[in-house]
Amino acid sequence: MNNTEKISISSLDLYYTDFKALKNINLKIPENKITAFIGPSGCGKSTLLKSLNRMNDLVEGCRIEGSILLDGEDIYGRMDVNLLRKRVGMVFQKPNPFPMSIYDNIAFGPRTHGIHSKAKLDDIVERSLRDAAIWDETKDRLKQNALGMSGGQQQRLCIARALAVQPEVLLMDEPTSALDPISTSKIEDLAVELKKDYTIVMVTHNMQQAARISDKTAFFLLGEIVEYGETEQIFSMPKDKRTEDYITGRFG
Amino acid sequence: MRTRFDKQLEQLHVELIKMGSLCEQAITLAAQALDQPERDVVKKVAAMEGEIDEKEREIENICMRLLLQQQPVARDLRIISAALKMISDLERIGDQAADIADLAPYIVSSSISSKVQIHDMAAATIRMVTLSVDAFVKNDLELAESVVISDDIVDDLFNKVKGELLDLIRKNNVDPRAALDILMAAKYFERIGDHAVNVAEWVQYSITGIHKSDEHHLDTEKE
Repeated sequence: MNNTEKISISSLDLYYTDFKALKNINLKIPENKITAFIGPSGCGKSTLLKSLNRMNDLVEGCRIEGSILLDGEDIYGRMDVNLLRKRVGMVFQKPNPFPMSIYDNIAFGPRTHGIHSKAKLDDIVERSLRDAAIWDETKDRLKQNALGMSGGQQQRLCIARALAVQPEVLLMDEPTSALDPISTSKIEDLAVELKKDYTIVMVTHNMQQAARISDKTAFFLLGEIVEYGETEQIFSMPKDKRTEDYITGRFG
Repeated sequence: MRTRFDKQLEQLHVELIKMGSLCEQAITLAAQALDQPERDVVKKVAAMEGEIDEKEREIENICMRLLLQQQPVARDLRIISAALKMISDLERIGDQAADIADLAPYIVSSSISSKVQIHDMAAATIRMVTLSVDAFVKNDLELAESVVISDDIVDDLFNKVKGELLDLIRKNNVDPRAALDILMAAKYFERIGDHAVNVAEWVQYSITGIHKSDEHHLDTEKE
């Protein structure tokens, strides 16, 4: 088993102007595993997810203390933000394909990183769509507009788009909350398949989803991590009463 | 928050108490059948066994519905899975009570039951069954542990009964068929004790999350 830590968060505090949204977060995210963040709305889980590829930089008044290391390197230090986001990709709650062809959606990232050879781009598009388990459904309609796809297909397209730049980490913010059960199980199978090559961090409100596919689970409450551990342990024998109360639906 | 779920869990508790008390009654009657010549005690135990089987199916359905509707996790999941396991043991207890009652006619005619400590065995196993279900309902780890420990008492009594029967047979003081039957009855009581221990161990699991069989795995992992 691979137990290397991919991301290491130490003494992290995050403020939105005066509001302290994250308090003293310490977390080691293992490589080639799925780590789930769970907790009631407003507990800081999405905030932490977004700070892993510095999406919070865009929020006015947002400031952080402490450190987040990616392979030992401080992502808030001298690391180039574009390079960071190439290494740490993100998939959002609502599928957000660009209003362009399926092919161009996937080729967009590689092109901005300077790849223009058609043969190379063809390769990347096919590999990304295959990895996102959507190649068979799209190979005959690559030139069609991505907005004509179903929601579930759009979400897999967005995963393919994130994979096209060969990231190391994939952040998923409630990736299936807008999808039907069949599309949801496709995305879940996909996530389990992808963890062989990527490190996945997922925010989910679906307890069963976290229990089904994640290896590690962190439970957040009011900006703090209450409990972090093996998913199986969290869902069968949580140590903290607040975790138990939340996952069994006694509050939240 | 989750009022309905809590009500469903309470119903599960109530039905388990009922099943447990049916088992106690069945064992009590089976023990009485060993000295009473009336046939209807045997019939009563058989009817009770049917009721216990029915209760098992009823509780199974409650558990299945809870798993489906509530997708329980943590302690809720442990309680429901423990309940599913416990009812198979309680059902077996019902079967064995009926088996004991079936043996009664020969035993009664030879009046052998007063010569060995079979009634002490009956009393000890009834107590174990009562306490194991109590432990589940009260969520009481110590009570569950006391059931596990008292299995030794029943095992000792079984060996005593066996010794007493051997003596009687040696002295030619007993109908051999009745001796065999009462030995089987004693074995059934001993098995009932084992099932009560199983129930108690599932109670321990529902409270701590660790089943006795896991402890064994944990030990071998440490080695």
